[in-house]
Amino acid sequence: MKEAIIEKSSVAAVVHSTVVTAANGHAAPAVKLNGRGREPLESLAKHPVKLSIKDLVIGYLDKQSGHTMVAVDKVTLDIREGEFVTIVGLSGCGKSTFLNAIAGLVKHQHGEIRVNDRIVTGPGMDRAVVFQKASLLPWRKVGRNITYGLELSGMKQAAAREKAGYYVNLVRLNGFEDHYPHQLSGGMQQRVNLARALACDPEVLLLDEPFAALDAITRELMQNELLELCEKVGKTVLMVTHQIDEAVLLSDRVIIFSSRPAYVLADIRIPIERPRKSLIKDSEEFRGFMNEIWRVIEGNANIGGGI
Amino acid sequence: MRKVTVFPKSNEVKREKIASTLLGSSVILLFLISWELLFQFRLVNPLFISSPSRVVLALITIITDGSLLQNLIISGQEFVFGYGVAILIGFPIGIMLGWFKLIRAAFGPFIAAMQATPRIALMPLFIIWFGLGITSKIVIVLLSAIFPLIVNLQVAMSTIDNDLIHVARAYGASRWQVFRSIALPTSLPFLITGLRLAASRGLLGVIMAEVFGGAAGIGYMIQYAGSTFQTDKVFAGVLVVAFTGITLDFTLDRFGRYFDRWRGEVAVH
Repeated sequence: MKEAIIEKSSVAAVVHSTVVTAANGHAAPAVKLNGRGREPLESLAKHPVKLSIKDLVIGYLDKQSGHTMVAVDKVTLDIREGEFVTIVGLSGCGKSTFLNAIAGLVKHQHGEIRVNDRIVTGPGMDRAVVFQKASLLPWRKVGRNITYGLELSGMKQAAAREKAGYYVNLVRLNGFEDHYPHQLSGGMQQRVNLARALACDPEVLLLDEPFAALDAITRELMQNELLELCEKVGKTVLMVTHQIDEAVLLSDRVIIFSSRPAYVLADIRIPIERPRKSLIKDSEEFRGFMNEIWRVIEGNANIGGGI
Repeated sequence: MRKVTVFPKSNEVKREKIASTLLGSSVILLFLISWELLFQFRLVNPLFISSPSRVVLALITIITDGSLLQNLIISGQEFVFGYGVAILIGFPIGIMLGWFKLIRAAFGPFIAAMQATPRIALMPLFIIWFGLGITSKIVIVLLSAIFPLIVNLQVAMSTIDNDLIHVARAYGASRWQVFRSIALPTSLPFLITGLRLAASRGLLGVIMAEVFGGAAGIGYMIQYAGSTFQTDKVFAGVLVVAFTGITLDFTLDRFGRYFDRWRGEVAVH
């Protein structure tokens, strides 16, 4: 079955078309978690679509030539409630632009973005972004950095603190609320960044290479924490990364973007059962997916002369 | 359980601090003693150069006869009004110049030209316009103090971290919210620097304005004492001005540190 998938997506890379691989190869046992926890994989397919992107085209003005260049070319993508989807691609391929467009920070020229079937026209509280840089307000203590998004939405400080409390515990920042950001390590700062986004309780969580600025060891640890966290809160997540292992570890689906202008090269399901442990990185199955993704990227880079 | 090595507390830093304080004050003391000796042995003309002891006596005289307080009140009023209005006008102007590109393009050159003009050279005009009273001095103080404020706040706006604005916008912040939650806190340390510079310039403005065209105030007192060869009183006046300047700067510096405590270098934990 796995071979078939690889073959299919390699073909996809060559003919530049989108292929959605089947997810029926691995029957994940039914896992039921308490509260807001995650549901098993197959049922995700029955969930309503949370984030819907249709024929999205994003251009940007090249200041040197004066031409409008295409960064993202006709991307269509549906993400269901509770799904963790990751976009991988070469750096500079337009995946961050894509994420910024969904955040409402970058205008698109064509197509539409819908969250819960509402058209996105700008930034909003239904989405929250975790950027690569922690970008905490240095003059605010950790506690008030976490409530920043809530305060912007008009919530009173006390109410915001109460609402954020749950996430402070979740990212294990309790006891650090009264520290200033400069007193924290890079990994801790990124946790504050994550808590700030989660506190807003967004419909869709957008992660823009969240661990790229961290050292290798911290990155590894943070991946595990995010994995655990996501399985606990069951959020709909769209992440952008260029770490293939990170993508496979965390995601239900990995979308591969071509080199610029970006379009969807392949859409690969990762039916590894949940809850996952970072140990699965050593498994045959895991490495299979890594190879599959890598081959698609490599194939595109060779054809497009992307490197 | 592993035992962690703990060294006894070292006094080295404290000792070094005491040594440098002693060194600094002994140089000042040496200077005062040699000045006094030069005077006592009549090695200098007492008419031109007073002595530390006579300066202290003059200081006591102007304190006890009430003339110092009277002049201080006048100068103080000029300073407070001029400085206050400079803050009230300078703060919004500086912020707007930094925040709005169009306003910067429109008024930037005008303000740069104004800043380059020596204010004290305009004193004759201000006397014609506002008279010899307190108003012409207030205007000088205002014009002396306002530019450091404007320039510092304008610079503050240009140092705003773009990533923070990006984050604020991603969370749906309005332009006003971006301004309040990011631009204003960013500007605070610059405001303090501006206030310190403005205070020293304003103080200079008061004294200069009074020396050049005053009928009262510390500057006038110094000028009058000088023209009547009361050198001890001149020094006493200068001493008062210097002391005021140092106190003001120290206070503003402390004030600034309080607001800067989120920064690593100053924070004490």
